[in-house]
Amino acid sequence: MWASPMAIRVEWALRLKGVEYEYVDEDLGNKSEALLRYNPVTKKIPVLVDDGKPIAESTIIVEYIDETWKDGYPLMPADPYERAQARFWARFAEDKCNAALYPIFVTTGEAQRKVVHEAQQCLKTLETALKGKKFFGGDNVGYLDIIVGWFAHWLPLIEEVSGASVVTDEELPLMKAWFDRFLAVDVIKAALPDRDRLLALNKARREQLVSSA
Amino acid sequence: MMKRNLTTHHSATLSAMERQEEDEDRVKLFGFWSSPYVYKVEWALRIKGIQYDYIEENLENKSDQLLEYNPVHKKVPVLIYQGKPIAESEVILEFIDEAWKHHGDRILPEDPYDRAMARFWVRFGKDTLSPPIWKWFTTQGQEQEAAYAAAVEQLQILEKELDGKRFFAGEKMGLVDLSLGPFSYIIPIYEEITGVKLIKEEKLPSLLAWMDNFLNSSIVREHLPPMDKLKLRCQAIREAFLKNTN
Repeated sequence: MWASPMAIRVEWALRLKGVEYEYVDEDLGNKSEALLRYNPVTKKIPVLVDDGKPIAESTIIVEYIDETWKDGYPLMPADPYERAQARFWARFAEDKCNAALYPIFVTTGEAQRKVVHEAQQCLKTLETALKGKKFFGGDNVGYLDIIVGWFAHWLPLIEEVSGASVVTDEELPLMKAWFDRFLAVDVIKAALPDRDRLLALNKARREQLVSSA
Repeated sequence: MMKRNLTTHHSATLSAMERQEEDEDRVKLFGFWSSPYVYKVEWALRIKGIQYDYIEENLENKSDQLLEYNPVHKKVPVLIYQGKPIAESEVILEFIDEAWKHHGDRILPEDPYDRAMARFWVRFGKDTLSPPIWKWFTTQGQEQEAAYAAAVEQLQILEKELDGKRFFAGEKMGLVDLSLGPFSYIIPIYEEITGVKLIKEEKLPSLLAWMDNFLNSSIVREHLPPMDKLKLRCQAIREAFLKNTN
């Protein structure tokens, strides 16, 4: 689905490996028979279909891509301890940071200020994994950059739409600098959804959510 | 039988540096007697034949060491390998399989697609199956009934995936078995406490058989939590939850 951050991760991974793929856009309000057949358990996107075999869950798909096209660009580090760290932070970003960001989108005023602070605390913890490095993966983009990367394109947009200020030079300098470096990578830039289109979609969504709150 | 010692006695002739190196080389595990996440890691270490020092934490008064090794979550289990900490049981299980790739049986399969499927079912267990089971155990009345129905629905999906196999991984246990394994003793405890059967033979025969296979496997039967103590703890947890909602 064109506006899904989870789907983007898979595209970034495929592109870094130089793997050709066919993109099928789903209307989440009217899921195709193929999607429901390929992912009957959770019925969600993204689903990668490789040689007729479906794989669901973006973090799992990215590791699958790395292991299947193992002679291409390396996504995961080689060392078991470093791999464990990458997986640990990916889990943290998924379980804690994602959950901390959504409330910003649906609140206003004092309530929003509170959740912004909580989100910043979460991101500050994640930021420690960047210390002394260009990317989470080291000198080059890696697995963790791909998993967390959607923040770089979506967060400034969420800030604009909801009138919040989350990732600033004062609060999250490392993260902010990484946003810029990450979005400057050609392969990453090439797969981003159109900003204006995404902005319009999220503006409408926020209006809907805030008015019904 | 795997040891679970708190101390190692060094020879008096070892130099201070050798002793420090040896100490750093020892695998350590910070745990808590009732945590299913800790048991998953311990079973994995046993599959690989890895000796380790076990440190029991008091979760109401966490040690400085634990807080230093896992500042993000402050939880157990934490595995220490060559002086470096690894936290989160899912992450630790994969680490154990990779760090000791040539020891014992493989925990994850070799083929990338099979690996992805194993990881998918682990995620399913955590995100989709556990919440309704927990809800069923910690609520009553209509809320409990709804949670029960949701839990059965997810268990039926799992039943289909298991499809009469001895273990989710096939003839020998693997990642999914270790990850879901604690259910094999926790669910019967929950059933006893609530007086309701969740896993019925007529509806979930493969799962029922799997629970038996898992509990009776050589790795697991030699290392399980004290059931009476665990049952009392679960009972207290249910009571606390019911009290809070009244």
